[in-house]
Amino acid sequence: MSTSATTIFSPETAARFDRLVTLYPVKRSALIPMLLYAQDEIGYISDAVVVEIAQRIGISELDVRSVLSYYSMLRTKPVGKYNVQVCTNISCMLRDGYGIMEHCKKRLGIGHKEVTSDGLFSLEEVECIGACCWAPAVQINYDFYDDLTTEKMDQILDDYKAGRGKETV
Amino acid sequence: MPRLVFHPEEVKIISRRFGQGAADIDKYIALDGYKAVQTAIEKGVDWIIAEMKASGLRGRGGAGFPTGMKWSFVPKQSERPKYVLVNGDESEPGTCKDHVIFLHDPHAVIEGTMIAGLAIGSKMGFIYLRGEYRYLLKIMEKAVADAYAKGFLGKNIFGSGIDFDIVTQTGAGAYEVGEESALMESLEGKRGVPRIKPPFPAVVGLYGGPTVINNAETIASVPHILLMGGEAYAKVGSERNGGTRLFGISGHVVNPGVYELPMGYNLKKAIYEVGGGISNGRKLKAVVPGGSSTPVLTADEIDVGLDFDQMGKAGTMLGSGGIVVIDDQTCMVEFALRTIKFYQHESCGWCIPCREGTDWLKKTIGRVHAGGGVAKDLDNIRYLAENMLGRTFCPLGDAAAMPTIGFIKKFRHEFEDHLNGKPCPYAHAEEPALV
Repeated sequence: MSTSATTIFSPETAARFDRLVTLYPVKRSALIPMLLYAQDEIGYISDAVVVEIAQRIGISELDVRSVLSYYSMLRTKPVGKYNVQVCTNISCMLRDGYGIMEHCKKRLGIGHKEVTSDGLFSLEEVECIGACCWAPAVQINYDFYDDLTTEKMDQILDDYKAGRGKETV
Repeated sequence: MPRLVFHPEEVKIISRRFGQGAADIDKYIALDGYKAVQTAIEKGVDWIIAEMKASGLRGRGGAGFPTGMKWSFVPKQSERPKYVLVNGDESEPGTCKDHVIFLHDPHAVIEGTMIAGLAIGSKMGFIYLRGEYRYLLKIMEKAVADAYAKGFLGKNIFGSGIDFDIVTQTGAGAYEVGEESALMESLEGKRGVPRIKPPFPAVVGLYGGPTVINNAETIASVPHILLMGGEAYAKVGSERNGGTRLFGISGHVVNPGVYELPMGYNLKKAIYEVGGGISNGRKLKAVVPGGSSTPVLTADEIDVGLDFDQMGKAGTMLGSGGIVVIDDQTCMVEFALRTIKFYQHESCGWCIPCREGTDWLKKTIGRVHAGGGVAKDLDNIRYLAENMLGRTFCPLGDAAAMPTIGFIKKFRHEFEDHLNGKPCPYAHAEEPALV
């Protein structure tokens, strides 16, 4: 499938997918990046995403779903516009990662894997994100925040609420 | 943004360009960049392999296999294309060294990949970064595009008549994919479950072709080794452990950070001098010396050199170089629980001893920590962990079992305290919620 009127993706993403499948010795190597970029644009892996990616690569929808269910960053339900991912693994735990998690729960009024009623934030406790020496650390979508305190966390959430947060895609 | 740290005890080889804007290709070139690959082209394959063997460089992912020897195992003649695969799926808790390499010196990864390609006769390399490292992937993508724009990658690199391409790749969240055969599965667009070995990747790897898989730090060390000479590099380190490596000191220290220290550097000095000692005026209780899968050392076991052999003699492993420092106010049962929860979450489920073993370890340690354990639990934890060792396709089962055995062996009294109804001395807000 080439970029055409039938795609559910933006022209930029469709063009990126056209290129991705040509980069590797086999098309299927593009599957995981495509799922992640599709999720970035659509918000989650919908049935329509599965159908189009399966067609683009030339594999079955079942093959796509089998891979999709393996990787923890890929999801089949929407999350908040800003997905707050709090690391509580060992290095963060030792520097009050759980305190940050509890603070976010209270502040946002939601628990692990829940979304605020306005759809702005979701919260998730995650495994090690590779920021151990700057713990405790949080990722909001793809942006890292480290050396956190509850005060810093409040400031960061306030910034996102006011539309001033970083947005790396 | 990760903060850069400096300490006079450091020997800056891999981190020489950190903080100097070397992500910019012109700056990288000005700092001796892309010289090593040109020398490598000029002097040829045998010279590269000889220098790498002389350097004593051992794999920085954790296994510590000699890099030069790994490269020499790839057959010279092959019907299928050969590949270089750079493992930047950095996911071992306590480890964030590749993070700073991708951030500060992305071209060193590219140049190292090219040299590995020359050494094994490959025309294509893949640089795989974990999905969470999106901003670092963008830095790597720009570096690769800049290298193509200069004509350093693509057809006829540096007039050698040799073609070499690099493709960057992203994962999507899976610790298991850091295991080399699972990494290849993931790059082929599949679930990250390990392959049965043999055949080893050097013979049958990516897309069925001979493949060299190296950790990102290993690859980033390569240009520096060729620039300074293998023997000179080896001399910086300890016996059979050439050079330096990036140690990530985290947890309860005054100055956490990623520091470059010679192999064999004393662990106690790393914690008290380089790391600035224990924070909040507390005392040291324990150290997890090389990422979460390495067996714990007690406070009086840390007068030991940080290299593969000395750590092995001390009953633990050098691992990924992630030194996690634990103070005397920490509950080791909770630490053990958080560790096993991670491995239970990340077990891919392919082998039964790992899938079931991590789950039962989590349940049993969890109930001991919650105050509902029974005396037999302590022996059961150890028995179960010991029976996982060596019984799985990939090392994840061992990675879960080894630290667990360490905790129960060295801190059994803390487990017993929980059985005897003493309150947990480490009070965090709530029981870990991960599902």
